[in-house]
Amino acid sequence: MNSVPRSSVASAFMVEAQAINKSFGRTKVLTDVTLNVGAGEVVVLIGPSGAGKSTFCRCLNRLENVDSGRVLLDGEELPAEGRGLARLRAEVGMVFQQFNLFAHKTVLQNVALGPVRVKRLPARQAEEEALALLDRVGIADKAGHYPAQLSGGQQQRAAIARALAMRPKVMLFDEPTSALDPEMVNEVLDVMVDLARDGMTMVVVTHEMGFARRAADRVVFMADGRIVESADPESFFTAPQTERARDFLSKVLSH
Amino acid sequence: MDVVLRHWSAFTDGMTTTLELTALSFAGALLIGIVVAAMRVSPVPVLRGVGTVYVESFQNTPLLVLLVLFVFGLPEVGVIFPLFTTAVIAIALYEAAYIAEAVRSGINTVPVGQAEAARAIGLGFGQSLRLVILPQALRAVVQPIGNILIALTMNTSLAAAVGVVDLTAAANRVNLLEAQPIPVFVGAGLGYMAVCALVGLLTNLIERKVAIVR
Repeated sequence: MNSVPRSSVASAFMVEAQAINKSFGRTKVLTDVTLNVGAGEVVVLIGPSGAGKSTFCRCLNRLENVDSGRVLLDGEELPAEGRGLARLRAEVGMVFQQFNLFAHKTVLQNVALGPVRVKRLPARQAEEEALALLDRVGIADKAGHYPAQLSGGQQQRAAIARALAMRPKVMLFDEPTSALDPEMVNEVLDVMVDLARDGMTMVVVTHEMGFARRAADRVVFMADGRIVESADPESFFTAPQTERARDFLSKVLSH
Repeated sequence: MDVVLRHWSAFTDGMTTTLELTALSFAGALLIGIVVAAMRVSPVPVLRGVGTVYVESFQNTPLLVLLVLFVFGLPEVGVIFPLFTTAVIAIALYEAAYIAEAVRSGINTVPVGQAEAARAIGLGFGQSLRLVILPQALRAVVQPIGNILIALTMNTSLAAAVGVVDLTAAANRVNLLEAQPIPVFVGAGLGYMAVCALVGLLTNLIERKVAIVR
């Protein structure tokens, strides 16, 4: 009962997840997961399937309800529902494994929807900015196409542009390359690396160890719903501290 | 068929009333149906409950019973509309239950991920529904809604039983004068068939026009 009240001063961390617990039915998927992500930091979550990485990532913008624990964005707590949640979600970009582009809208409309409807930008300005973003991810020529007319890699880049259009404070990536054909993985990773270099705060769930090495400031290893190890990529990949992590790495890096 | 030609204006007047009854009650049913479907998928339990009760009560009551209740019951409690308006309201409320279920099944065809993506960019429930879910859901159910419209067109003939002079009532009146039920009711039936065939054609056209690139 002696907990210190949070100061209203902006936090040093962009994202704070405090003691997140989450169960699906009787299965406990997250146990006391606490993670702080600094502004501009790129955190890569890795671990075996079923470790709770994706669920944790989804908890960070409360697409997944938590049983207990708090999530703060730039010092402000995300409420469980309502307008307050929608307002804060607008500041968190999210990229999904399955892209989830709006199938009835063109790529340009996909990207401009949020800025027009949530941020109330004039349609023209939103479309100009959307085009600039599509250019940045290399698919400006696909602006008038529908999602189904794009390759997987192009769709995922469009989805990244859609998230960026909200000018988010942090970007969440939930296995962004897992649904892609191998030859399209790099075009998406390149966009993400650029984003990291530009100083975006990022939380990335991925199985791409190369990306973790190349772009991560910190690698967080999860297993069985807990954070097992957390280190900079160099020390994590060369000298993992736990048996669990050594075992995992020996399986994914063996060839 | 010259009995039909002799009473041509009675038939066309009846047809006009039938078309008005159909168009107005369909418009109302579509509006109410979409709202009820939205209630049934809303995150608010009370709204979901109201939506379910609505569908279950209107879908499971014979339209004729509803028409009788509305036409003869409402004046008892002091609510008095013109007969035609009352019939439109009763038919619209009844058909809305069917529309709501068609629309809800359309909502279920939209991948959950798109709803999550909508929420993730900060759209509220209403905005997600209006801008992302419903536009796709409605495209998916053009054909079932066309079927409901066809059923509705023929259901409007029940309004004749409470005194609305539609195509069926007109045919009935002509038959009372002429006592030639076969040509008179076949004539009226052809009228309904023509309207329904047109609805079917339009449905196919609209379905192709609004199809989503997949």
